[in-house]
Formats: sequence, structure tokens, C-alpha cells
Amino acid sequence: MMPSATDEEFDAALLEALRRGDEKAFAWVIDAWSPGMLRLARCYVPTDALAEDVVQEAWLGALRGFDGFEGRSRLRTWVLRIVANIAKSWGEREHRVTPFSSASFGEGPTVGAERFNPPGEPKAGAWRALPASWPALPEGELLSAEALAVVRQALADLPDAQRAVIALRDLDGYGSSEVCEALGLTEGNQRVLLHRARAAVRQRTESYFSDRQGRAHGEGQL
Amino acid sequence: MIFRRRRRPAPLSCQELVELVTDYLEGALDEQTRARFEAHLADCDGCSEYIEQMRETIRLVGRLGKGDLPPQARAKFMTAFEDWKTEQG
Repeated sequence: MMPSATDEEFDAALLEALRRGDEKAFAWVIDAWSPGMLRLARCYVPTDALAEDVVQEAWLGALRGFDGFEGRSRLRTWVLRIVANIAKSWGEREHRVTPFSSASFGEGPTVGAERFNPPGEPKAGAWRALPASWPALPEGELLSAEALAVVRQALADLPDAQRAVIALRDLDGYGSSEVCEALGLTEGNQRVLLHRARAAVRQRTESYFSDRQGRAHGEGQL
Repeated sequence: MIFRRRRRPAPLSCQELVELVTDYLEGALDEQTRARFEAHLADCDGCSEYIEQMRETIRLVGRLGKGDLPPQARAKFMTAFEDWKTEQG
């Protein structure tokens, strides 16, 4: 279901229904927002079961808080922030290091220096070999399914903080200011995490396509 | 008097450009850097391909789908609603 009215009108109607205890409205927000909330919680706590407990706790907190919600942010952002706060304190209880440590930001270039001409050479910093273009990935084709599996695994292998940001932005469709507010990040730090995450997923996808091409050539020579 | 021209900013290298792609897509570059970015892009097949691959990466992540809520998780979250209703009396 997509809100047909403006975001504000949609939020106001939703909030009004939730405040009066409309079960259908609650079922709708549960279905629409919980998958992203679970993914976010899982970045802080070590198991899926704990992530579910965090989200359950967050929903109860949200229900209790709807009356006091002042509308300074979007409703879904406010709920996401409750998840992040609960998950953070539960993660600390489990003696997990905060996902947003400086290490999670990574360091060094996101594209290997070996891909560019070295300093001092003519055209220093230019591509040594241009990135090869990717095949089209129409819905329902085997290649698309394989590529999506590679992307899913690449996301799973990211540092927690990077995965939290790329999933909220590119999978769940939250805006940058929403992610900053929910996770307590500056715009700059949010962009760094997003950039590193997207660049890492791009790299894995590129490697998959080039390995696949290599295999196809190998088979052709047999 | 010496005729002074405003010095043109140094062109971006490909290696510099790839680290600015997200700032560019997010509209976070200052005007001058954005102009340098776009000037480089207009003239560079490698970087055009790179930025297209970043856009495709964003689309592919979006295609993973949010996934369905496991039924037992959904049931658990709905109990939060029942608990709250009980609290309300």
C-alpha cells in the first residue's frame, strides 16, 4: 500500500488510527515496517531471536508513545529510532561493540589503487583498463537470480554499520535525513558508510561478472 | 598591472572521482567540485561506466526486496498490541 496523500497527511491519519487502537492500522505498520526494523536490530544484536525481541519491545514502546508523538519527524523514523535505541542497549548488554565504531567506517580507497595509473606516470590516476560494462539483468532470468544472490551475500558480509545504512537507504527506502536521525549519525558519516557499502557491493558484483565471463571463455576454448 | 585570471581548478582524476560518486549522487558536492565532477564525467568512458555500475548496484540492492515477515515474528509483534490494549484497560 502506498500513501496516496502527502506524507504528512498519511502520517496524521495513521497516527490517529493507531492512537485510537485500530488493529488494522497496527497490522499495516507491522507488515510495512517490521522487516526493516528487524534488519536494523540485527546489526546490533547477535541473533535473529534477539532481534525479534528488540522489535517486539520497540513496538510496545511505540504504542505507549504514540500519544506523546509530536510529529517532529516522520512516524516511521520515530519508530526506527526506538528500535535503534533499544537494540543499542541490548547489544551493550550482550557485550557487543557498538556497530558504529570508527573501525566500521573502514579506511583506504574503495577502488584498488592497482586499477589506476600510478603517480608519476603519464595520466596518473586514470583507469589502467576501463571497467567492463555489465550485462542486462531482466526479471526472472537465471543470471539475475545469481547476481542478486551475490548482492545479498555482499550485503551480509559488510560491517554492521555499513549494512545498516545501505539496507535502510537502498532496500527499505528511508531518506538520508531519516537514517541520520534514527541512527544518530551526521550527514557526512552517513554518506561515508553508504559510499563504502555501495562500493563494496559494486566490487563484489563486478568480480562475479568478470569470473563468469572468464568461465564462459574457458568453456569456449574446450 | 598584471592581468590576472582566476586560476582554473585542477581537473579531477578518475581515482579521485570514484571516491566522490556517493557525494555526487546525494547532491552533497559543493558547486565547484560538482562542476569538475561533471566535466570529467562528460569526457571519460571509464568513469561513466563506473557511476552507471554504482547506480545499478543501488537498483540491485532495491531488488532484493524487503522480504516477508516470518509468521511467528508477526504473531509476536501483534501480542505487543494485545499487551498495550490490556494496559489501556
